[in-house]
Amino acid sequence: MISGSTIALIPLLPLASFLLLGLFGRKYLSSAAGWIGTLSLLASSLISLATAYNYFFVSGKVNGAYQQITLLKHTWLAFTPGVSIDMGLLLDPVSMMMIVIVTFVSLMVHIYSLGYMKGEERFATYYAFLSLFTFSMLGLVLSINIFQIYIFWELVGVSSFLLIGYYFDRPSAVAASKKAFIVTRFADLGFLIGILILAFGAHTLDFKILIERLTTSSPELRGMIGSSFLGLSALTWGLLLVFAGGAGKSAMFPLHIWLPDAMEGPTPVSALIHAATMVVAGVYLVARLFPIFAISCPGALHVVAYVGVFSSLFAAVIACTQTDIKRVLAYSTMSQIGYMMFALGVSGYGGEHGLGFSASMFHLFTHAMFKALLFLGAGAVIHYTHSNEMQDMGGLRKYMPVTHLTFLVACLAIAGVPPFSGFFSKEEILSAAYQNNFPIYVIALFTAGLTAFYMFRLYFNIFWNKEFHSHHDSSDGHHGEAPWTMKLPLLILGVLAFGAGFVPFGNFVSSDGAALPAEFHLALAIPPVLLGLFGIALAYTMYKTENDLPNKTAALFHRLYQGAYHKFYIDEVYLFITQKIIFNLIGRPSAWVDKNIVDGAVNLSANLTEDTSGLIRGWQSGKMQQYALWFFAGVMGIVAVFICMWH
Amino acid sequence: MDLSLLLAMKFELMITLIIFILLFMKIDGRANNQTVIRISYLLLFLNLGFGFAGNVSGEIFNGMFRSTPLLAFQKNILNLATLIIALSSYEWLRNHKHLPEFFILLLSSLLGMFFMMSSGNLLMFYLGLELSTIPLAALCNFDLHKKISSEAAMKMILSSAFSSAILLFGISLIYGATGSFDFKVITSVLTGTTLQKLAFILIFSGFAFKLSVVPFHLWTADVYEGSPIAVTAFLSVVSKASMSFIFITVLYTTFISMATTWYYVLATTAVITMIVGNLFALRQTNLKRFLAFSSIAQVGYLLIGISGASQIGIASVVYFILIYVFSNLAAFGVISVISSLTGKETISDYKGLYASNPALALIMALSLFSLAGIPPTAGFFGKLFLLTAGASILNWPLIIIASLNLIVSLYYYLNIVRAMFIDETDEPMVKLNFSTNEAVAFFMCVAGVLSIGFLKGVFEFIFGLSSVL
Repeated sequence: MISGSTIALIPLLPLASFLLLGLFGRKYLSSAAGWIGTLSLLASSLISLATAYNYFFVSGKVNGAYQQITLLKHTWLAFTPGVSIDMGLLLDPVSMMMIVIVTFVSLMVHIYSLGYMKGEERFATYYAFLSLFTFSMLGLVLSINIFQIYIFWELVGVSSFLLIGYYFDRPSAVAASKKAFIVTRFADLGFLIGILILAFGAHTLDFKILIERLTTSSPELRGMIGSSFLGLSALTWGLLLVFAGGAGKSAMFPLHIWLPDAMEGPTPVSALIHAATMVVAGVYLVARLFPIFAISCPGALHVVAYVGVFSSLFAAVIACTQTDIKRVLAYSTMSQIGYMMFALGVSGYGGEHGLGFSASMFHLFTHAMFKALLFLGAGAVIHYTHSNEMQDMGGLRKYMPVTHLTFLVACLAIAGVPPFSGFFSKEEILSAAYQNNFPIYVIALFTAGLTAFYMFRLYFNIFWNKEFHSHHDSSDGHHGEAPWTMKLPLLILGVLAFGAGFVPFGNFVSSDGAALPAEFHLALAIPPVLLGLFGIALAYTMYKTENDLPNKTAALFHRLYQGAYHKFYIDEVYLFITQKIIFNLIGRPSAWVDKNIVDGAVNLSANLTEDTSGLIRGWQSGKMQQYALWFFAGVMGIVAVFICMWH
Repeated sequence: MDLSLLLAMKFELMITLIIFILLFMKIDGRANNQTVIRISYLLLFLNLGFGFAGNVSGEIFNGMFRSTPLLAFQKNILNLATLIIALSSYEWLRNHKHLPEFFILLLSSLLGMFFMMSSGNLLMFYLGLELSTIPLAALCNFDLHKKISSEAAMKMILSSAFSSAILLFGISLIYGATGSFDFKVITSVLTGTTLQKLAFILIFSGFAFKLSVVPFHLWTADVYEGSPIAVTAFLSVVSKASMSFIFITVLYTTFISMATTWYYVLATTAVITMIVGNLFALRQTNLKRFLAFSSIAQVGYLLIGISGASQIGIASVVYFILIYVFSNLAAFGVISVISSLTGKETISDYKGLYASNPALALIMALSLFSLAGIPPTAGFFGKLFLLTAGASILNWPLIIIASLNLIVSLYYYLNIVRAMFIDETDEPMVKLNFSTNEAVAFFMCVAGVLSIGFLKGVFEFIFGLSSVL
């Protein structure tokens, strides 16, 4: 039997570690901080593994379908008798999968950081923030109520802000953390409004009831479809705004601009937040409300599909031109999340039609493994070379054998080479797209080729190409590859990045809870693999050894290359909009009003006062008449508008 | 008339009694300031406690005076606010020459508000309103040696005169149209003709003046800046609270037949009020003026809640005001302590406050967070419920504008927090000591700000009370 209080320990252990380290860490526990954080996460991930085992194999299945189980439901704030904010734990295949991913990746990052962050002055603070983040993320995935998810959503935002800005003495890190916070805040505003729309349409905030009411023919659903604003129904608005919130966190175009900059945070943080957990929160959110999208509002689902596939292609093109290895990984993350999004977008609900849903969750799972591995591997490389730039690397395979091997496994996985894990999940996504939306399938196929190309461009540039020249004095004795705390997570993740694809995923996670046996279409599997191999071969010829092919190619596609290199000027567009348009349209007129009207009135009255001499000077500034004028003008204005003009 | 029904007026009777006690102390003249202030605090505590015991609902004097559980709760909020104001201005009051008069005038004004809120009749309402306004004008002048204080009083009384004139005009039109002053009779007769709409708008303007709704807000900044801080706090919290309570009653019952008209009037003025309040708050350097404009913006949000026109609308407004009392009075308390000990009132004076006076800086920051609506302070929940009430009639443009304004307001509230915690200054403030009285006031405010959002029964309790206006 699954016990609520045991499951509650999964998020509460990291919370306890956060409180302990946050309150006493710096003074008393600075040396033990890493171990406290790691052990609490170890316990938490063991419990979540046990829970997931229990759910999937013992007690979760009733009548052949996995059930949604709600535990420890506690009403916290009640708006009206029907609408209340509840706190509790929601267990279903998706949330089970997520807690395993979050606790596991977080554990890996905790262990890795023992070596990577060793000697940092604020070591305990770092672990406190990591614990806080893990707690918030676990709370998010276990939420039973759309408002509960919003609260944890914001907490995730705050803790990632703290982690990105960890090196607060670097201006670029501070700017990046601010950018991430502001961009996602705007998206969250949409999310909040979306929540309010759904809550008022369906008269509930509870996921279970919300989905129930908005997927069957209920008066609430009819009401929400019936009322419209700017040509879209209230339901569509609600879902689109919620998706906007998800798109902000998941870095979908055009809200992706914060993700590359967020790489200013410590590299293990990028592995945790920007690979496996926070950035997939948007995918998780859409998956959580998936029945509503799929059954009642296919229009909104189309938006999800097209935004997803566009982001996927867009990011892949940019990734081909970046030279900072973490930025390449950031864009590749954005591209892979685009994959997950459009997989949801092309999916239907239930049975065979739910292939896209299963595939999306499958890819989320495999991606978490290989992308965390890529980031941690990149961290090891940066640790060794003290640089993020490709040009400072090359030939590292001799110096870092473990990193080299595991990085290669991850690259093969993301490139979709069989039998590595990425192959299986990508194949499922592509067949779902093929069955439902051919244009998306074509774009996705092309993106798969690009992915293989840019990942191997990265791989060859780091580990092959030219010989490595250490910037340090070699007689000094360059430190070894990495301590065992950093190698161990690489090896564990390497095994998983290879093997995770063999999990019969559809049996466990599907849109309606019933098992969806995997079908393998050989004809559909061949094109992406061929394209992937082609991409790898291309990267091989261009980057295996030093030559001038890359420059020639860049010259050939000059405009495209420049555009992609500058990330298609999206940051500049935002700057233009905020600085030129918003400042000019709002800032300048307000400044003008301020200067000419407000100050003018003040100056006028001041002059009047001076002129009309000492009798009234002192208590009468001359403004009172003006106040009275405004007062009566206000009355007349309202009368004019609401009585004379408006009937 | 059943004599026990007089208990329905127990709030008013209690305050009258306290006024008389203080009046006799003044006439007697033997008690020194220290004694007077202690007795006044004691009486205000008793007054607050008495409010919770044995409430009777009903109507007396032929429906002139009403009492409901919701009204009793609202009066308790106002009693609490008055007590907190009195406690936190101890430093300023301690040496004031006319101490008893301060309390007498303050309580007279409160008495007027109570009568106004309980009124079932336009005349009663008007009398209560004037009783609450005239003592306030005198209070504005209570920094007797400061010219700016006299100026504030003058502006207050003149502006009130404008608004009273408009209000009376509206009342007389209503009387002309319906032949009655009684709210119930008016409700049953009003149909929404043009004349009645005109009368409504005139009455609305009277309310709007008191609530500082744009464009009837111009007096606010000058009066707030010139008045003693205790009076500014009373004006911005207690006076506005009482006005919004009766405003709801009048809108939801008397003018319910014109619901569409007043909905659009409210929505329009709410938008203008939020925007103007925020834009002006951005450029203030004096803290009292700053709070004046920020409170104008807050009224904009309040109007959105009122426009919800439902039980949730009533409950969310009362809930918001309860929270607003704690958050705003904490800020005023800090300003009052600092101003009366050092005379400093501008935002730049507050630079480095955290280094010199951490307790005051933390209280101020907490109250600013709550005013800005940052979770997990109570202010967040207050705003949330207000917007929820507004959202219940599915007016999305209004909610979106309000949300954008909330973001703008974050900027200026956090600006002050930044000044206190991050900015450095060449002339830091000395370490200030405040008495137990202020400490008690701060404790109540901080406890309120931190706990109300999390106490899950509070909103449900208010929601339950709101079933009967």
